[in-house]
Amino acid sequence: MYDGGKIITGLIIGIGLFLFPFYYNAGKAAKAPDPELTPKAKEAKVCVMEKAYMTANHFSLLDEWRHTVVRDSNRYFTAENGKVYYKSLQVTCLDCHSNKSKFCDQCHNYMDVNPYCWDCHIVPEEKK
Amino acid sequence: MGLDRRNFLKIAGLSALFGLGGKAAVDIFAPGELEASMEAVPLTEGKRWAMVIDIQKMDEELMNKVTKACHREHNVPDLGNPKEEIKWIWKEDYEHSFPGQQHHYIGDDFKQGSFLLLCNHCSNPPCCRVCPTQATWQREDGIVMMDQHRCIGCRFCMAACPFGARSFNWGDPRRVLRKEDLKKLNPDYPTNRDYPTRSKGVVEKCTFCAERLAKGQIPACVEAANKVKENALTFGDLADPDSDVRAVLRKHYSIRRKPELGTEPNVFYIV
Repeated sequence: MYDGGKIITGLIIGIGLFLFPFYYNAGKAAKAPDPELTPKAKEAKVCVMEKAYMTANHFSLLDEWRHTVVRDSNRYFTAENGKVYYKSLQVTCLDCHSNKSKFCDQCHNYMDVNPYCWDCHIVPEEKK
Repeated sequence: MGLDRRNFLKIAGLSALFGLGGKAAVDIFAPGELEASMEAVPLTEGKRWAMVIDIQKMDEELMNKVTKACHREHNVPDLGNPKEEIKWIWKEDYEHSFPGQQHHYIGDDFKQGSFLLLCNHCSNPPCCRVCPTQATWQREDGIVMMDQHRCIGCRFCMAACPFGARSFNWGDPRRVLRKEDLKKLNPDYPTNRDYPTRSKGVVEKCTFCAERLAKGQIPACVEAANKVKENALTFGDLADPDSDVRAVLRKHYSIRRKPELGTEPNVFYIV
């Protein structure tokens, strides 16, 4: 092999650079997201569905809501406990969860999902 | 094949008879059914929302007020440029409101006056026929609705609408309004934090305040107009013979925009 030394050194440096992020972050698990509830949400205790369902499937629920609201003009949702909610991300969901950056964005950033809800739906102003 | 000339003619004759008499037969045994399925949307189902605008009661100031009420309610920005204008309800001169009906001897009140225009929520809406994604469609109560989640911004509907009732978002309204001069025109945008804005690349138009109707409220423009002048705008159900709109239409002579096109507009003007 011509210039074997140079090639092997180059290869080692290259692989080293490639593996650097793995070394650097080894043992340091990224912080799991911890969505924060507003006092209002804490006080309400229940969301429109059970917490486990909302955590795993809120997007399915929201998708169903937007569909039934716009296309079937069915704008009210009756929860299991009989309470009726106005189906609206902007008016109902964000009324309790008015801390988008600490509630929605935490997980969305962690999971690297970019829902385009906020292109149109207005996010409440957050107090810093 | 055991079909002789005589039998063939018999069968052919009977088939032709039934073909000619088919529609009549259906009409006798199941009256109305065939017509319902031949119409775009069965009129018997649900309601049919309509609006009556009393031109005599309208003036510039009131029209501006009504437009402002609507546009504030629905976060419609003022982009200050007619080419990018977004409008749900707007003023237009006589010639462009009622083309084909103008002549030399119309009084100046009409010729130089303005008229309040909005989406006509046609019974036979061409915009819905051309929409490739069904982002715009006709609800059973007659409202020609928009689903912004589904609009791909192809603007076929804008080309199809003969009334210019649709506007396109050339840019993200929120981003566009960050420009200094536009900020001054829309100081408190978004004006209604309970209603969404739109995103770049979607078409928008009047929805007869579908979100207010669902809550049992009348459209924002009607509410604003009637605060100033009673019955300047009337909103109601055409399917109900006792409704306000039907009463007004019975009492006064009314016209519609471009009726010759056959789109059957549901916005009426009392002249």
